[in-house]
Amino acid sequence: MILFILRRLAVAIPTLLVLIVASFILMKVAPGNPFAGEKTLPPTVMENIFARYGLDKPQWQQLLEYIYNVVFRFDFGPSFQYRDRTVNDIIAQGFPVTFTYGAWAFVIATVVGVTVGIIAAVRQNSWADYLSLGFSIGAQVVPNFVMAPILVLIFTLWLRWLPGGGWNGGHWSNVILPVIALSTSYFASIARLTRSSMLEVLSSNYIRTAKAKGMPSRDVIFRHALRPALLPVISYLGPVFVGMVTGSVVIDLYFSTGGIGQAFVNSALNRDYSTILGITILLGALTITANLVVDILYAWVDPKIKL
Amino acid sequence: MLADSRIEGTAKAQAIVPTKGRSLWTDAVRRFSHNRAAMVSLIVLLAVIAFSLIGPFFAQWSVERIDWGVMGSVAEKGAPSIETGHYFGVDEVGRDLYSRTLQGMQVSLMVGIIGSAIAVLVGTVYGAVAGYFGGRLDSVMMRFVDIIYSIPYMFILILLLIMFGRSFIMLFVGIGLISWLGMARVVRGQTMTIKNREFVEAAVAIGQKPSAIIFKHIVPNLLGVVAVYATLLIPEMILLESFISFLGLGVQEPSTSLGALISQGASTMQYGTIWQLGFPLFFFIVILFTFFFIGDGLRDALDPKDR
Repeated sequence: MILFILRRLAVAIPTLLVLIVASFILMKVAPGNPFAGEKTLPPTVMENIFARYGLDKPQWQQLLEYIYNVVFRFDFGPSFQYRDRTVNDIIAQGFPVTFTYGAWAFVIATVVGVTVGIIAAVRQNSWADYLSLGFSIGAQVVPNFVMAPILVLIFTLWLRWLPGGGWNGGHWSNVILPVIALSTSYFASIARLTRSSMLEVLSSNYIRTAKAKGMPSRDVIFRHALRPALLPVISYLGPVFVGMVTGSVVIDLYFSTGGIGQAFVNSALNRDYSTILGITILLGALTITANLVVDILYAWVDPKIKL
Repeated sequence: MLADSRIEGTAKAQAIVPTKGRSLWTDAVRRFSHNRAAMVSLIVLLAVIAFSLIGPFFAQWSVERIDWGVMGSVAEKGAPSIETGHYFGVDEVGRDLYSRTLQGMQVSLMVGIIGSAIAVLVGTVYGAVAGYFGGRLDSVMMRFVDIIYSIPYMFILILLLIMFGRSFIMLFVGIGLISWLGMARVVRGQTMTIKNREFVEAAVAIGQKPSAIIFKHIVPNLLGVVAVYATLLIPEMILLESFISFLGLGVQEPSTSLGALISQGASTMQYGTIWQLGFPLFFFIVILFTFFFIGDGLRDALDPKDR
């Protein structure tokens, strides 16, 4: 097991380094500079600004210092646009918001999706099966940026039940719509995936044997069928995580929740390079970690994978 | 097709055989045409494509012309009507939504098809080379794919678009960078099973060059898998572009795409101009739905597991 984890780490760490270096180079080769305003500053002022942000040093030294600060001190440096704020401040402000609705969306998509998938598979060709299947196919073609306006239209403009935006310190009424908008399409995919893999497992020989020896069907499903049926679902959790991280941009923008996605887009439009870089690296690191966890979880559930 | 000519060859040689052998492709076409959901989707999709191409000839307003008569009172006077010539109503600045929706459909379809085409070209060659040669080359090539795959590409794409300016070319470069990864993996897996078949052995035995074997013998046999995957990739590319356009980073005015139109419609729906969201959203969902069903149908038709 330890060897397996080490081997996965051997991929994850270079990936992270590639990500840092690639985004850093991208930032350096981009045309224009973040301090170019409407009026041109005198060269001496420019030099002072560059010196303050360490931009006067050779490029390779900047890169190495940046990597050192990020990896060992978890410090993304000062923001290029807001003089009194660091990138860490900006992240610390937005991250808890994103984490709150993201975690809810992830848990709901997984738990509800798996439950619905199991019910649909066990009661194959019943109304519950058709209902969930129809809903899943529908939800798959409605991405979160379409889901969000539809939800606001129904629950805010027509029914007037829930606020159509804002965060309000994480009040439950502000959290519901973002969570639904973010989780629906993943919930649908997970339900479909669970259904098809559960059906495949239920038609296998050992399940027939278990039924033949008179085992109650509840035990057959939960003790024998569930574990192998969940394997494809587990491997799908990585993409779900990535999708939710990406989707947070839409959620933040549409519901004005003030999460990390909003910070990303704002800094992107302001050419606040150090903040963009910091957020990209942070989310990249989270994604890579999530993939690593999914891999380990998969190996733990599937006895066929040699550790 | 090799299998094709072989079956036909034996059929001719043995004149006593009453029925002509069916090739993989005739079989697939027959199976596909029996799949009602896929056939209906295909017809609907062709109709939508035809509409997007022929529709502009019936438009009474051009894409860019502003109807000054309704500007400022769009909610009251800009609703869809035959009389004013605005079949789908007007957008928030008074431009004809019928023309703009058609233009958006053309752009979205084009993005989907070009993105998928890049994936087919790059992914097939990359995957076939990695799969055929195997060994160290394979592990280096696939590790590279793994690394890019686990980077949250959406953020990189946003970075690219912001730093190098928003343009069609940059959008395609960004989409092209990531769209081929999945294709490369699928093709590699398929190549590894094909390369051990007799006809490849025969080609090796008569001393053909590896490049000839890959392009003449392996790639043609991959076409089924590639076709399925490419069809399923088109809606994904359309979704990707719409996401980017929703953030305001995609196609630039005066050009538009379905994602951009949905974004505009969503931002104005509280003023009672629901058609601005409704029409683009309707065609968006129809296009995605039909592509998914056609892809599913193709997979069922070409999947060797079902035979």
